[in-house]
Amino acid sequence: MSVNEQIVADLVSNEVSFVTTVPCKQLAGVIAGIEASSDIFHIPSNKEDEGMGLCAGAWMGGKRAAIIMQNTAIGVTINTLATLIQYYHIPLPMLISYRGELGEPVACQVEMAVHTKALLAQMNIPTYHFHHPDDVHELDAILKYCYMCKKPVAILTDASFWKGAV
Amino acid sequence: MIRSEVLKSLVPVISDQLVVCNIGLPSQELHLLDDQPSNFYMLGTMGLASSIGLGLALVQPQKVIAIDGDGSVLTNFGTLPTIANNVADNFILLIIDNGSYGSTGDQPTYAGKKTSLAAVATACGCERVVECQAEDAAATVQAALDAAQMTIIVCKCESGNIKVPVIDKDPVVIRERFMDEVRKRNA
Repeated sequence: MSVNEQIVADLVSNEVSFVTTVPCKQLAGVIAGIEASSDIFHIPSNKEDEGMGLCAGAWMGGKRAAIIMQNTAIGVTINTLATLIQYYHIPLPMLISYRGELGEPVACQVEMAVHTKALLAQMNIPTYHFHHPDDVHELDAILKYCYMCKKPVAILTDASFWKGAV
Repeated sequence: MIRSEVLKSLVPVISDQLVVCNIGLPSQELHLLDDQPSNFYMLGTMGLASSIGLGLALVQPQKVIAIDGDGSVLTNFGTLPTIANNVADNFILLIIDNGSYGSTGDQPTYAGKKTSLAAVATACGCERVVECQAEDAAATVQAALDAAQMTIIVCKCESGNIKVPVIDKDPVVIRERFMDEVRKRNA
C-alpha cells in the first residue's frame, strides 16, 4: 500500500469523515485519495484558518475532522490554533507537508521550514516528523492520541517521506 | 436600529435554533439577551463564525444560523466561495452589517463604503442572498428558516454599541453545552 493509500485508510478506520485541504505539490496524491473516498467528505478551503473553523464546526456536529495543509500555514493559523482549537479543546489532526527540507528545490520554502518546529513547540502542539515512508505506520496511533487528548496534533511530512507516495 | 436592537428583535426567531455567534460584542449581546445551550459563543478568532457554522451544518441536519459581522466577513472573505460551493440547505449566514468594526471602536469597514457584501456573496456563487434593513431582520430570518434553502442575509443597520459585560463562561463549558444540545437534537 502506498503512503497515500495508507493515510486515507487510517483516516477512514479512525472515523475521520470530514477533511479540509489546502493543496501542496507533495500532497496532491493524498488529496486525490481523499476526494475519491466515499467515506470522507472533502471540503477544500481557501485559507487554513478558515479550514480550521470548518473542522471545529464539523467536530461539534459529531464528526471527526482533519486538516491537510502545508507548513507555511503554521504562520497563518497561530491565532486560530490558540483561540479556537486549543482554547475550546478541539481535537485536530494536521497532516502537514513539510516543505523546505532536504530535497527542496525552492529556496523560499526554507524560510518557513526553519521556523516550523519552533512555532509548534512554542504552541505546545504535539509534533511528529515523518521522514521515511515507513513512518506512516505511526499515523493510526497519532490519530487515536489526538482524539483522546482533544488537542491539535501536527504530523510533518517531508520530501523524503513522500518518495513513498507512488 | 443598532446591532443590539437587531439581536433583540431576533431573539424570538432564533432562540430555539443552533446559533454560532461572532466574536466580541455580538456574542456578549446575545449572551446577555438570551443565553441558551444552543448558542455557541466565539470568544476569539475573528472571522470564523461562518466557517464553524458551515462545518456544523454540513455534518448534521439541524438548522444552523451563523451570526456574523461585516468586518468579520471581510476578514475571512474566502468563506463565501466555500459556502457557495458546499451548499447546506440547513445553513443561514446572517451578516449584521453596520459598516463598522463595532467591538473595536466603530472604525469604518469597506462594507460601509463601496463594497456590497450581498453583491460579493452573489458573485461568489451563493444562490439565495437577501439584503434587508434592520427593521426587517426577524421576518427575513424567519423566512429563511421556512425556505429550507441555504441563505445569506445581509442586514444593514446603524453603527453603535451598548455596554455589555464580557462572557466569563469557560470556553470548554460553552462548547460542551453546545455539543450536548446538538447531540440531543439529533438523537
